[in-house]
Amino acid sequence: MMAAAVVRPLDANDNLQSRWIDGRPMGDVAAEFIKPNDRLTSFERLELYNRMYWYRLLDAIRDDCPGLLAALGEAAFGRLAQAYLAKRPSRSFTLRNLCSRLEAFIREHPRFTAPRTALAAEIARFEWAQTVAFDGESRPVVSAASLARTPPARLRLGLQPYVTLLALRYPVDAYVTSVKRRDAMRSEASNTPDSNIVHRHAARRSRLPRPLRTFLAVHRLDNRLYYKRLEPEAFRILGALALGATLARAVAAGGRAATPAKVKGWFTTWMALGWFCAAGNKRRARAS
Amino acid sequence: MPANRFNGHCDYGIGIGLRVPHYSHILSKKPVVDWFEIISENFMVEGGRPLELLDRILEQYRVVQHGVSMYFGSADKPDRTHLRRLRDLARRTKTPWLSDHLCWGSVDGTYTHDLLPMPYTFAAARRTAEKIRQVRDFVEVPICVENVSSYAEFHASEMTEWEFLSEVVELADCGILLDVNNIYVSSKNHSFDPYEYLDNIPHGRVGQMHVAGHTKFEKYILDTHDHPVLDPVWKLYAHATRLCGVSATLLEWDDRIPSFDEVHNEALKANEFIDGAKKAAV
Repeated sequence: MMAAAVVRPLDANDNLQSRWIDGRPMGDVAAEFIKPNDRLTSFERLELYNRMYWYRLLDAIRDDCPGLLAALGEAAFGRLAQAYLAKRPSRSFTLRNLCSRLEAFIREHPRFTAPRTALAAEIARFEWAQTVAFDGESRPVVSAASLARTPPARLRLGLQPYVTLLALRYPVDAYVTSVKRRDAMRSEASNTPDSNIVHRHAARRSRLPRPLRTFLAVHRLDNRLYYKRLEPEAFRILGALALGATLARAVAAGGRAATPAKVKGWFTTWMALGWFCAAGNKRRARAS
Repeated sequence: MPANRFNGHCDYGIGIGLRVPHYSHILSKKPVVDWFEIISENFMVEGGRPLELLDRILEQYRVVQHGVSMYFGSADKPDRTHLRRLRDLARRTKTPWLSDHLCWGSVDGTYTHDLLPMPYTFAAARRTAEKIRQVRDFVEVPICVENVSSYAEFHASEMTEWEFLSEVVELADCGILLDVNNIYVSSKNHSFDPYEYLDNIPHGRVGQMHVAGHTKFEKYILDTHDHPVLDPVWKLYAHATRLCGVSATLLEWDDRIPSFDEVHNEALKANEFIDGAKKAAV
């Protein structure tokens, strides 16, 4: 009872709802299990926990999704976040995983993000990929020597778990970067002597991106986050490797435009970035 | 009890919480700090910067793990995957003891991410103690349970909070992380005498203490950890130290976090009360 009451959505005024699920007055329900004191009713004591739950989790989503917040605006983002938490309450011991199912929720419930559902879903996916890149698992890197020992027709490579491949309709990497830069300027503004100028500049809303087919790898290097744009052929090769293809088949998946010189250059870069590990579970490159 | 079996027989002094705004100061200036408390969950990750940072801290400092998600009071059984992660982290940090809260917060695998108060019943005490034993046996590190601040009490309760705490730790044979600020906050919210609380717990089981700031509102007090410690809490701390002996003490400052030096200096104020307790004991 207490748990269900704590996670129940607040009303429009951020208060505990006045009626319980079965229609009974919430005050009567709360009084059944919570003692009042000389200052607070049972309802008011329960309301403290109800508010704290929602404020804490909504804050966590805002922190993790600055790009989505900027794209939707405060009101729409708030409605989306509340609906998401109501339908998909946290199933993890850590708030780190709170947004792991947000992209799927956006696609399943487009009314919260219409008419920008495709963009919103891609931003949510991109922002989750950053969480994965920040502290996702890192496996031992495959050495060039071990690659040389196996013929391409038999060689399979895994992609580091912290690397996420994204095929996007929008250049959300550039958009989210501009939002973060704007937010950083806002926070700097209060410490700047000529803060009015900076504020006016910072208050300008980042322009929503126009469609532009974009292939990305969200990854980390020396424990710093990076987004690397990929050519479509390179993306196809990495995607095929992630799905368990042999090196020969993966390179073939790149198509004619993946010339030997290009492929060699890409692999040199990817090896230097430490993206390859022993082949394990198959992973799917994510495409819109 | 400066060192006892509940804190791994470690004679730790005054520590502070390891928090993000202080990372660069700590790594670059290497200030003298007796020990840092880390939130276990922040480092129960697979890789990346959190673990790199932790390893750099461990090269220089002693670390004690404090958890926020074990939910000893929840009916859910301990999750083996979660316990393995916790054990792996404990082996990495070599934490002498582990702490988490005497509360609940999850139901059937859904998490509230809050520290919810328990009904103080004998059945709940037995179930909670059993869970504490299971966790300790799996992780193989002594456990101290922390009393939480609360804003609600239940009709179902059969005893006071301090009786419940005592019952649980005796049944579990574990230690207490005595949060003096939480006792103060709850005493105001529930109109009990905080000194009666302190006088009636098993003092020999206290392995660590917490102090923190709180925020007063018209009808209640919130445990906000965003202020210096207030005088009534320091007085309670002095009393607790007289009763329990000088214990490893940690200042919690988790919101509106000021400079490292300000936080550390606030924590070191505990020395005044420790000295006072020592003189009183002579």
